[in-house]
Formats: sequence, structure tokens, C-alpha cells
Amino acid sequence: MPDARPPLAAPTCPTEIAVELRDVSFGYDKRRPVLSGIDMVIPRGKVVAIMGGSGCGKTTILRLIGGALRPQAGSVVVAGQDVRELDRDALFALRRRIGMLFQFGALFTDLSVFENVAFPIREHTELPEELVHDLVLMKLNAVGLRGARQLAPSELSGGMARRVALARAIALDPMLVMYDEPFAGLDPISLGVVGQLIRKLNDALGITSVVVTHDIYESLKIVDYIYFVSAGRIVAKGTPAEVRASSDPFVRQFVDGAPDGPVPFHYPANAIEQEFASAG
Amino acid sequence: MPADTIALVLRRVGRATQNSISRLGFAARFFAMVLYHSPAALKRLQLTLREVYFSGVLSLVIIMVSGMFVGMVLGLQGYDTLNRYGAGDSLGIFVGLSLVRELGPVVAALLFASRAGSAITAEIGLMKTTEQIAAMEMMAVDPLARVIAPRFWGGIVSMPLLAALFSVMGVFGAYIVGVRLIGVDNGTFWGNMQGGIDFWPDVTNGIIKSIVFGIAISLIAVFEGYDAKPTAEGVSTATTRTVVGASLAVLALDFVLTVFMFRGAT
Repeated sequence: MPDARPPLAAPTCPTEIAVELRDVSFGYDKRRPVLSGIDMVIPRGKVVAIMGGSGCGKTTILRLIGGALRPQAGSVVVAGQDVRELDRDALFALRRRIGMLFQFGALFTDLSVFENVAFPIREHTELPEELVHDLVLMKLNAVGLRGARQLAPSELSGGMARRVALARAIALDPMLVMYDEPFAGLDPISLGVVGQLIRKLNDALGITSVVVTHDIYESLKIVDYIYFVSAGRIVAKGTPAEVRASSDPFVRQFVDGAPDGPVPFHYPANAIEQEFASAG
Repeated sequence: MPADTIALVLRRVGRATQNSISRLGFAARFFAMVLYHSPAALKRLQLTLREVYFSGVLSLVIIMVSGMFVGMVLGLQGYDTLNRYGAGDSLGIFVGLSLVRELGPVVAALLFASRAGSAITAEIGLMKTTEQIAAMEMMAVDPLARVIAPRFWGGIVSMPLLAALFSVMGVFGAYIVGVRLIGVDNGTFWGNMQGGIDFWPDVTNGIIKSIVFGIAISLIAVFEGYDAKPTAEGVSTATTRTVVGASLAVLALDFVLTVFMFRGAT
């Protein structure tokens, strides 16, 4: 039972923190900030979800953690290193310890399933072919796709592609795995499989997981802590139990799937009377 | 014309100029980065060889068939023109020089830009759209070294070889029309060609041209793919830009190179 896990206490020892965002602000242009004053702590060994509606800045947070984007203000600290201060070599060294699962897998379409998983191993190690073979099969076995190793990415279902991408993300035994919308577009069975894999691999391999998603039900089953992001700000946070019991209007709208609330149904517009009058 | 309209036009022209200069600067930096990453990419020769296969080997059919037809047309037209001045026997040297110095490199380059250049741009653009490039970067693998540089060098290696094959097939096509169909003397055809074409500067100038075209087409193709907007429309636009840009670059460079080569000859 996920809720039986002890509640997440704010960690005090820096070594227990895998990722920390301090007062982070970011925007693609200065007039339209995507993120403002984000404070977030992701402790080691935990599965933390970042939730919010489409376009609220969730994926941008992952890009900041991975160093693909640099914050305009604040700091992003991963494994004790401020990502903004890293040069390219240091950033690449850090990324070797991070796995990332992209929304639709981002598998290399010209490589087989086996070669996709072997890709980071071949690129970053000089292991003998026999060892690469065994490592890849171990990773594929962990996601239940050892038998699919010869298939091309085009022959995989959405769920299978996501699982292969997960095997690739853990190929180098990372300390942190980031998931960008891992549940998007999956059927209920695949959704459950991917959800359980995230949890089990996190616990079995002793890694830390950051899951960006808007799937509240699946997330509540597997995560330790949830941050809710809306319009570039953290508007709520808590353990799954706290989220279920929360009376916060945003959390309630999200959990209940209400069409209107703090996140309005209508895109900002002039008063409807004005619009029709001008049309007349 | 009202002042507002003039200001608007000036603003648009200014913005377009600014964007062009900025893009040109980005392309120059991109070229420098590709060269910087090239030694590492070339160390893994199988990556470049794979691209030579995709750019070069898979272009063989279109290059050879086109070369053959161009040579056949050249044989017919050339004989007709030369024969008016009683020089029909010079068909061999006429066809040989035209192909080796001009038509071989230029037409092969135009075909290469259309077939291989557009394929390279579309492939890289789609890799960007499907987040494969981003995934590579997140895996601490530099796409410039792993994806871009091998395709760039694959194109440069392929281009002179394809141009040479184009010329060979063109000569063969002209031989079939001129010697076999029209009846130009076989020995005269080959003898004139052998005696009239020098390796230096005729053949070498053709090789230099095809290498320069290869660099231009490959650079434009990989740059447009890398710079493509990650949407279906973006990839489509980038592919079109590659074909148009590379074709114009080939024709412009051909003129510039020919001017320098003629100056060198006189």
C-alpha cells in the first residue's frame, strides 16, 4: 500500500537530497515567465510527482534539472552540483548519472530494441560485447521485454516503447530517473505496468524518480510526494494521503477532474456581452 | 505613402535582415562545431561509412540513369551542332570535356541535393521532432558528433564519387548514341577524348568542384535538419529549404569556381 509509507519529512542532511530547486524562475522570453519562484526538494530514493495541467511548466522543470535549460534566477542543484555553474563536460558527466524517459519514448528508430538499450552502454563504456549483451538482456528483462529485443521501435505498442525507453534510461544504473508524462496515451493495462515499473525499479535499484504527469490516479498509487504546479508556481504539495484529504481548491479540482475552478474553463477573453454586441 | 506604412516596411525589412544575419552567424558557428567534432566522429569510421551507404550507394541508381540519359542527349545535340561545322568527329572530346568539367559535377550535385540532401534534412528534422536528438543529449551523447558529423562527412565522400560515376555513365551514353547509332568512328571518338582531356586541369577541376559542392550540400542539409522546427510543417519547410538552398548554392559556386579555374588556365 503506497499510503503506508512514512510521510515525507523535509530532509535536513544535504546528502539525502537528490535534487533541489531554490527560488527558480525561468521564461523563454522576459515578458512571459514560465516558472516563478519554484522551491522544490526531491530526496534520495523517493518517487516524486510534479503535477499540473498542460502547459503549466512541468516539463520545463525536468529540462532545468537535466541542464537542457538554465534558470534565469535561483539555483538547480543535482547531486550537490549547481547545474547552472557546470561547463559542458561537467554537465555531460552529470547526465551520465541521470536517466530520462521521454513522453513517447524517443527511441532511435533506426536501431532495434536491443541496440536502443545498448546505445548508452556502447557510447559511455568500452565493455566487451558479451557483457553488453548480458547487461542489455538484464535491463530488458526488468521491464518484461527480453523477448522483444530483435523488434524495431515501429513494431512496438505505445506501452512497450515506453518500457524499452525505461530500460534504456536505467542502462547505466543512474542515480536519478526523470519521467516526462510516462502515462500519456496508454491503455489501462500498460498504464498500470508502467506505473508499477517506476515504483519497483526505484526501490530495487535505489534510485530517485521524478515523474512529470497529469495522471492523478496512477500517481497517487506509486509516488511518495506530489508537487502541484499551476501557471509556473507551486500551488500545493503533499503526500498522497494529504492530497486525498486536501481541501485546497486547486488540488480538489485536479483530483475531482472538475472542468472549472482555480484553473478556469474559459481562456481569458472580453465579456461575452461585449463580444456579441460587437459582432452585431 | 503614409509615414506609418514606411515605418512598417522598414521594420519588416530590418527584422528580416537581422534574422538572416543571425541565422548566418548560427550556421557559421554550427559549421565550426561540426568541424570541431569531426575528428571524434571520424575515429568511429563505421558511422561515416553507414552514411556513405545512405547518401552515396542509395543514390547510385538515380545518378547512373541520369548520367546515361544526359550523355545520350549530349551525344545527339553535340553531334548535330559539331556536324554543321564539319567537326562531327570531335564528339568524343566535346562530350568528355562537357561532362568532366561541368555537367558531371553540377548535375550530379543537383541530383544529390534532391535525393540525399533532402533525406538527410528530413531524417535529422524528424529525429528532432520525435525527441531523439534531445534524448541523445540527455544521455550525454553529443548529437553533433554522433548524428551530424558522420552525415556531413558521408556526403562529402559520396559527392565526388557520384560525380565521377555520372561522368562515366554520360560518356557511355554518348558513345552508344554517337558511335553505335549515328556512326562516329569508334577509334576517333575515344582517341579524341583521350588526347583532348588532361587529368590536370580538366579532371582535377571537376573533382575540386564536386568536393566543394559536397561540402556545401552536406552542410546545408545537416544545418537545415538541425535547425528545423520540431513540427511536421517545420520538417517540410526545412527539406524544401535544403533542396532550394543547396541547388542555388551549387549553381552559384559553380560560376565562382569556373571563373577562378578559367583565370588559372589563361
